Amino acid sequence: MDAIAKPTPEIGPLTRPYWDGLAAGKLLLQRCTGCGKIRHYPRPLCDACHSFGHDWVEAQGTATVHSWTVAHHPFHPAFRGIPPFTLVTADLPEGVRILAPLRDAGDGALALGTKLVIGVEDNGEGLALPVVRLAR
Amino acid sequence: MSLSGKAAVTGVGDTDFTHDAPGKTILELQLQASLAALRDAGLHPRDIDGIVMPMGGGATVAEDFVTNLGIPDLRFSTTTPLGGAGAVAAVQCAAAAVATGLCRHVLMPLGRLGRSGQNQRIGARIQAMPQFRTVGEFESPMGAMAPAQFYAPMARRHMELYGTTSRQLAEIAVTTRRHAILNGNARMRQPLSIEDHQASRIIADPFHLFDCSLESDGACAVIVSAADVARDMAKPRVLVTGVAEGHPDSPSAITQRPDMTRVGLAKAAARAFAMAGVTPADIDVAEIYDCFTWVVLCQLEDMGFCGKGEGGAFVEGGALGLDGRLPVNTHGGLLSQAHMAGMNHVVELVRQLRGEAGAAQVRDAEVGLVTGYGDLGDGTIAIMARG
Repeated sequence: MDAIAKPTPEIGPLTRPYWDGLAAGKLLLQRCTGCGKIRHYPRPLCDACHSFGHDWVEAQGTATVHSWTVAHHPFHPAFRGIPPFTLVTADLPEGVRILAPLRDAGDGALALGTKLVIGVEDNGEGLALPVVRLAR
Repeated sequence: MSLSGKAAVTGVGDTDFTHDAPGKTILELQLQASLAALRDAGLHPRDIDGIVMPMGGGATVAEDFVTNLGIPDLRFSTTTPLGGAGAVAAVQCAAAAVATGLCRHVLMPLGRLGRSGQNQRIGARIQAMPQFRTVGEFESPMGAMAPAQFYAPMARRHMELYGTTSRQLAEIAVTTRRHAILNGNARMRQPLSIEDHQASRIIADPFHLFDCSLESDGACAVIVSAADVARDMAKPRVLVTGVAEGHPDSPSAITQRPDMTRVGLAKAAARAFAMAGVTPADIDVAEIYDCFTWVVLCQLEDMGFCGKGEGGAFVEGGALGLDGRLPVNTHGGLLSQAHMAGMNHVVELVRQLRGEAGAAQVRDAEVGLVTGYGDLGDGTIAIMARG
């Protein structure tokens, strides 16, 4: 039986730098060149100053727990046999959040505000994605 | 100009709700429900001059109804693509259309093959919807594919901040099931206990199986008419006295929402209550969108039935039962009747306010409300009154 592929993002010109950054091991965030506001997820326009101009900055690499879920039901055939896995909603010091799987710990280790570090991992199919671990 | 009292629901209809509508298409189910609503309203199909399709981009379009019902002069048609908020958004749209004289009788058909539709299970279905494009690119590759997974962090944060418990969510599931058992057209008719809920498998923590609604097959249809025309129609008028729509902050990604324990209804509810000239204390019965138990609890808070963080205590002790402080989802809801994207909630509110709700009738129900909750937190609300 052929393996079923995990969902892959539809990458456009606007979001290409984000995915290229992850492929290079870096979590990049969009920064408005008009007013400096950092926004995530990537989009065309700054909602504060309405400038289209932007560049990309690397995230500091730290985060704290905002919330989480533990996925038990797979909902997609490619994730069958993988759950349960913990997905963390994490606050970044840059003022935005990411969603990322928790590595090397269970959800019992989590509380609001728990300190995390951000990493980047290949999903086993050639797509680099952010992950989080408990900060030491 | 206020929309209050300018429109009335004059016809409601539904099909049997099943998990496997044998050989039926969504259009056939919608036509069956539409004919039932027309009979209920005492209207002929030729009287329909407006159509609002909740959940735009669905399998059927207004033209299908013109063709099959033989509607000679359709003057207004549109869609309300707000997911589960679309049914009540359609009521708002229809009310505006009849109030301004664009048309007189608006048909709103909603049908689903949620259970038996080919390749249409929830994970695959939402990936095709433009409302989910952002999470589709940035969250689905990590395995976050389905509403249960997107909404679970909202509930988890509420639990961590306010001490809300899974047993309190179970209260909602158990009370809703009790109502479904009274309903001759509900999919889940076996009694459910808090212990059954707690023992059910976890889908996406903190949601157990019985926190989740039912993929179902069937259809509902509702007719909204101009209030002056409705005075002389078959059934007692049910007036739309307040209606509103609200969108949450960061509507395309819950992950980025400043306060993920608050949904779009928080912005809409105050507007609807003000339009209707009532407060939560005046509500006799509430049909609250219940794709998940926690979504009911959150909406109770966001409408002001209790404060933020107080929803868990509010729902305890059968408070949402027929004799409780606020009878909720008297038909069995999406949790135990069927997932008809909230059009079944509109149908039930109208039956309650007409006194046609059978064994689940709330005594002396005169003022009630129905909410919708869709996609990543869009909210809608309609307040209705006998009159």
